[in-house]
Amino acid sequence: MVKGILGKKIGMTQVFDDQGRVIPVTVVQAGPCVVVQRKTTDTDGYEAAQIGLVEGKPPRKATKPITGHFAKAGIPPTRFLAEVPVEPGDETAPGDAVLVEMFEPNETVHVSGTSKGRGFQGVIKRHNFGGGRATHGSMFHRAPGSIGAAAYPSRVFPGAGMPGQMGNKKVTVKNVQVVKVDPERNLLFLKGGVPGARNSYLRIVKVS
Amino acid sequence: MDIIREVTQDQLRSDIPDFRPGDNVRVHVRLKEGSKERIQVFEGLVIARKHGGISETFTVRKISSGIGVERTFPLHAPSVAKIEVTRRGRVRRAKLYYIRELRGKAARIREAARK
Repeated sequence: MVKGILGKKIGMTQVFDDQGRVIPVTVVQAGPCVVVQRKTTDTDGYEAAQIGLVEGKPPRKATKPITGHFAKAGIPPTRFLAEVPVEPGDETAPGDAVLVEMFEPNETVHVSGTSKGRGFQGVIKRHNFGGGRATHGSMFHRAPGSIGAAAYPSRVFPGAGMPGQMGNKKVTVKNVQVVKVDPERNLLFLKGGVPGARNSYLRIVKVS
Repeated sequence: MDIIREVTQDQLRSDIPDFRPGDNVRVHVRLKEGSKERIQVFEGLVIARKHGGISETFTVRKISSGIGVERTFPLHAPSVAKIEVTRRGRVRRAKLYYIRELRGKAARIREAARK
């Protein structure tokens, strides 16, 4: 069995649980996916399955190498391709389908996606710095302030909060609860939010 | 967005009467007490209806022993057993938050001709 699936974020809504409580959920179009390549210990040094999300849309630019890679598995190229772990002794082969049926309600998953890009941001937005006083002639408002001592250590320690690009990078949310699975429409309902904008791609992997 | 509407469709309730801000309603709320279930009635003035679809909520305000009490219910929640409209009010805005500042005679709302 393949232990993950690829999906597309549809948006957020809410559902009522059996006790009538409101559960915030993210609806994900998960699959159908197809195994494009099976990586094995013999050939690649580790076990994994490379799967593609079938959307019925070709990639914006299907290069010859990409087309050839997919042709090997005998399937048309997909836009989103990623590797997911497999269970030990897994026997899937290229061309096999990966469907949402593999998930059950109350199961936990890890969800990775590309977070919404915020552009080049200062330290207040990017690292939750406090900033200075707005008034009373402070002349120090949104600047980062000191980034370390002087002669010793004569350098800036790694990890110091600085302005820079915020968002638009891979983010993983761990232990997300599966609330509902809709195999008919290939939908997955995940509790709470997941990274990225609507229509962005997600990789959902089973925990354990 | 259409998928969202589609998947929440079956959770929407069709037994909700037509009511608006300004109306008085009796909301029958299901309460779980241990294993027993009982119904409590919250009666008051609807001062707001917010959001749409499955997320729609309404706020009911009443004066309970001299103190204003407001409760916001999800419109489609299974915990709302029944909504009865007791009086139709005529108001000119969608959110009646100004009622909070008013007491007694000033906090009255005219009855609507609407049925």
